[in-house]
Amino acid sequence: MSAVDEVVTEAPAVEAVPKRAMTLGYGTSLVMLALFLIVPLLVKNFIVFQLTMLLIYGLAVLALNILTGGSGQFSLGQSAFYAVGAYTSAILMEHAGVNYALTLPIAGVICFAFGFLFGQPALRLSGVYLALATFALATAMPQLLKLGYFEHWTGGVQGLVVTKPDAPFGLPMSQDMWLYYFTLAVTIAIYIFSVNLLRSRSGRAFMAIRDNEIAASAMGVDVALYKTLAFGVSAGITGVAGGLGAIAVQFVAPDSYTITLAISLFLGMVVGGVGWLPGSIVGSAFIIFVPNIAEGISKGLSGAVFGVLLFLVIFLVPHGARQVAIVAQQLVGKLKKN
Amino acid sequence: MRPANDFARPVRPNGFGRSKMTQAQLAQGKDPLLAVRDVSVVFGGIIALNGVSFDMQQGQILGLIGPNGAGKTTLFNCLSRLYQPSGGDILMEGQSILTRPPHRIAEIGIGRTFQNVALFPNLSVLDNVRVGTHARTNSDIISDSLKLPWVRRGEAELNKRVHEIVSYLDLDDVAHVTVSGLPFGTQKRVELARALAADPKILLLDEPAGGLNHEEVHVLGNLIRRIRDDRNVTVLLVEHHMGLVMSIADHVVALNFGRKLAEGTPAQVQSDPDVIKAYLGSKDQ
Repeated sequence: MSAVDEVVTEAPAVEAVPKRAMTLGYGTSLVMLALFLIVPLLVKNFIVFQLTMLLIYGLAVLALNILTGGSGQFSLGQSAFYAVGAYTSAILMEHAGVNYALTLPIAGVICFAFGFLFGQPALRLSGVYLALATFALATAMPQLLKLGYFEHWTGGVQGLVVTKPDAPFGLPMSQDMWLYYFTLAVTIAIYIFSVNLLRSRSGRAFMAIRDNEIAASAMGVDVALYKTLAFGVSAGITGVAGGLGAIAVQFVAPDSYTITLAISLFLGMVVGGVGWLPGSIVGSAFIIFVPNIAEGISKGLSGAVFGVLLFLVIFLVPHGARQVAIVAQQLVGKLKKN
Repeated sequence: MRPANDFARPVRPNGFGRSKMTQAQLAQGKDPLLAVRDVSVVFGGIIALNGVSFDMQQGQILGLIGPNGAGKTTLFNCLSRLYQPSGGDILMEGQSILTRPPHRIAEIGIGRTFQNVALFPNLSVLDNVRVGTHARTNSDIISDSLKLPWVRRGEAELNKRVHEIVSYLDLDDVAHVTVSGLPFGTQKRVELARALAADPKILLLDEPAGGLNHEEVHVLGNLIRRIRDDRNVTVLLVEHHMGLVMSIADHVVALNFGRKLAEGTPAQVQSDPDVIKAYLGSKDQ
């Protein structure tokens, strides 16, 4: 049968693309883990704080990646979910005296519900129109947080100050250091859950919808349910990131969660590689560190320099960090052969 | 390595094997597996289907033919619940399917392929086939995220099944390849594999011969017959390619202008004067 022969000869070239398209191998994962464990011990406290923010934004980018890379839905409204998570944690800690660690699952659940409900009307929209609807959500959120009705809880325009937790069990560790390792543990757990999710029946349903809605439906996938679930999961993870962010920054205020944050997260996802979960941390590094680098190059024109750097990245590696990883993997493969 | 053609392990072993034809003939007169009753579809002022009725017996390969615009695809879309008929009913094992949303058709045993192949292009062949089992499996996002023991067991079972089907359709060598990179003919087999993964009672094939050359159509014909015999599947074949329909169908329904023109064995339909007129035009025109 000629058709089959043709495929067989073609197969090796195509196989060069990694099979675990969404994740890292065990070896690379362990190296990354070791780096994340050791590096904070060697640097100053301010850098530890920045690394904590790296993980937190990494989570938020990961959440967007599940939504866009996984289920194919765009969102420019992630800052709204981040804000709800941040305020939930802050209000619970400051007004109800709930332990900081316990506020995170609560923030996650509340944001899951919020995202799931927002996903219902969003079902009628797709592509650019969905992006616009979520954009509206992002622009409305800071104003909602400033409303007089909620001022007693939210602190209105002033925002809320959050107390930074001490290391438990009398561990000899600074607050920043403890919070870093705490955030790392949460991030690793959520990363593992996300990888499991995307490799499961539910994750395949997300990707089936992304690739072809009608075919997915013919296979028995409830398209409406899985689309809203993707929104819920994404919002839930973003909410946890928001809660962690509130604890790390020790402050929540409406204007910290504007559309700029949502666009930054979107940028992070594109730079990291849409649909590639490990890329989320690379994207997060880009949105945290590159503006600083740009400022170092030119104080007055930092925005323009940032734009040029961003343009370079998109021009050179349109598929983001994922593309770099694939090229690196192929190089390693070649070296091993020689 | 597994043998390329692993026919020795059908999913649902059936004792009838090659004698399916006689079984189909015996089944005549029994309750049909699928009954199309007086189905009409109207788009605006255009009557796309006008009171079409026919039965499908268990184990049959039923060919649905007709010139362009005859209503074949409209009927097909009614069966897969993309269109709602304005009149009539469609019964699967005596139960109406018209109250079911499209995503709840697979679970009652109706599988389908698409006219121009509608795979999930960024997924591997294995993952495409895995999605095919969606209607036959259960899960929730929390158990899936935590990879609970029952989820693991389910995945292991599913993988066994998926690999069996992939082998059955000679797709072992490309199992891990992303489908968008595969040749068209192979993609068609992946689509068949995906449809078979849900263990359907009825397989709806929408113009499977489209885009294939003469040789490939012949191979496809044998494959469809083999699937029917090995896996106890009833096939509805909507097809333009008369050669394919006439060589493998047990029963043929011919449509024209939304009405049923003729029905019977391939030979009967082929010699029906109305069918000849519809395809070749009459002298008067």
